[in-house]
Amino acid sequence: MIEYRIHGRGGQGSVAAAYLLAAAAFEAGYTCQAFPAFGAERRGAPVMAFVRVDKKPILLRSQVRTPDYMVVQDDTLLIDPNLANGLKPEGAMLINSRKPTEYFAERFSQRVIAFPATELAVAAIGRPIPNTALLAALLALTETVPQSALADALRGRFHGAVLDKNLALIETAAKAVEAGAWKEVAHA
Amino acid sequence: MREALEGSQAIARAVALTKPEVIAAYPITPQTHIVENLSKLVADGKLKAEYVSVESEFSAASVVLGAAAAGARAYTASASQGILLMSEVMYNISGLRVPLVMTIANRAVGGPINIWNDQSDTMAVRDAGWIQLHCISNQEAVDTTIQAFRLAQETGLPVAVNMDGFVLTHTMEVIDMPSQEEVDAFLPPFEFADALDPERPRSMGTLVDPNFFPEVRHSHHAAMGKALARIEEIDKAYKKVVGRASGGLLTVEGDKKAKVGILAMGSVVGTMMAGLEDFKDEVGAARIIKLRSFRPFPAKALRAAVKGLDKLVVIDRAISPGLGGVLGTEVSAVLSTLKNAPKVYNYALGLGGRDIPETMYRDLLTTIEDKKAPRFAVFDADLDKLAPEDR
Repeated sequence: MIEYRIHGRGGQGSVAAAYLLAAAAFEAGYTCQAFPAFGAERRGAPVMAFVRVDKKPILLRSQVRTPDYMVVQDDTLLIDPNLANGLKPEGAMLINSRKPTEYFAERFSQRVIAFPATELAVAAIGRPIPNTALLAALLALTETVPQSALADALRGRFHGAVLDKNLALIETAAKAVEAGAWKEVAHA
Repeated sequence: MREALEGSQAIARAVALTKPEVIAAYPITPQTHIVENLSKLVADGKLKAEYVSVESEFSAASVVLGAAAAGARAYTASASQGILLMSEVMYNISGLRVPLVMTIANRAVGGPINIWNDQSDTMAVRDAGWIQLHCISNQEAVDTTIQAFRLAQETGLPVAVNMDGFVLTHTMEVIDMPSQEEVDAFLPPFEFADALDPERPRSMGTLVDPNFFPEVRHSHHAAMGKALARIEEIDKAYKKVVGRASGGLLTVEGDKKAKVGILAMGSVVGTMMAGLEDFKDEVGAARIIKLRSFRPFPAKALRAAVKGLDKLVVIDRAISPGLGGVLGTEVSAVLSTLKNAPKVYNYALGLGGRDIPETMYRDLLTTIEDKKAPRFAVFDADLDKLAPEDR
């Protein structure tokens, strides 16, 4: 089983990202589970969402405490020293930031990559919603689920111009990272 | 067809497959997505039902009571404080023996206010005379919802389908949605022999004086007793058509020869089964009893399910302050007639949405190894957070 934890702020599409990742895993033939940790839901408030992907039915219902992968949609969330608690020692974290990877890397023993998803999103869709760019980069790095499955998941959720722009965005984002760099971290 | 769906969306679609004629609901977290999706299906013309927007849960329950009494297939959904506001009408629905279906997206009852999952809401209406079924997954919630409509009309009793709020309602997972043809083959059109009919004028809900009230209650109790067999038969009939059952009154999972058991209702059963896989080498494999029917309470099936057990942990997702756990107390009561009844340890877990990790399986089994283990506890309460006088 692969476990993912997505951190973001209300309005950045963290829950949508979790659902998209799960839907993409399903399109790729896996069983999946995605759910939010609901708290005070308002724009800007920290939110978390969880994804599990496996080859067999998923019985466990608890929050993801020891993720294989983390996605941080807003680098200011890292002001919380405990944000990455539970991230597996061999795990990896993708951070949406304009800062260089080195800025974050020394804080964590796990692998970390900083990725300017908001800038890519603004250029492609005209809005600062980084979730789909981050998912595309994550899937490219991990090769857990093919990009085509993410495209299928997007087609199931969006239509028209929003879909077209997001499809273009995920293609750009996937090419902007080293394919397979995190491949050996976990397998479903 | 297998799809990745959010639980609430799947429930809305399952309800639509049963072709309800009247839906009335008042939105409340975490039930909201279910009724939003139904409202959308009606607005988009995909579901030909009367969707009545009401100003409170009291009205929602009253509208479906009236609709079903007039002979319509009716559905509502609520949670938490909404169920409490409905409770007066819930007693009327069952007391007048009006068959309809409600989803309870289980949530804690305030105060203090809390929007998260436990099962206090359904426990608060334990004695309202409804059939109450519990689901461990969204697949079971979909299948049980469809079964509930047939169960309601075959028993003449209202059915509440419980699904854990957020943990199921807001979780996307793989769900095999039955087809319209399958549901049509399984579920006959709604027929209510006692429906109000201007051609056949009669009264419903008249005053019942002491001359008849005990007989009314006796017959309600007897009807619930008869419903036990119907729950099992309908689950089997569903399997025949759709290819999948939801666990009848209860099912026994895990190690069937184990001397230690865990009994629970709802999504925590899945977590216990995951815990069993992870920790069986460390603390042993338990027998896991998944209780699906809370009302009617399947005493006979329970006595059979615990045969050979020395110890039984009963997980309650609610508390009756001053008593302990309701489910645990009821299980102890029905097992008291057994010669070699297992020792029951009743633990309340996950109140107000406290996350229940798979390590809980290990912690529960380790705790009851101790001869001094408490017979009841709010198991995951962190007493250090309380002032000494409140512990």
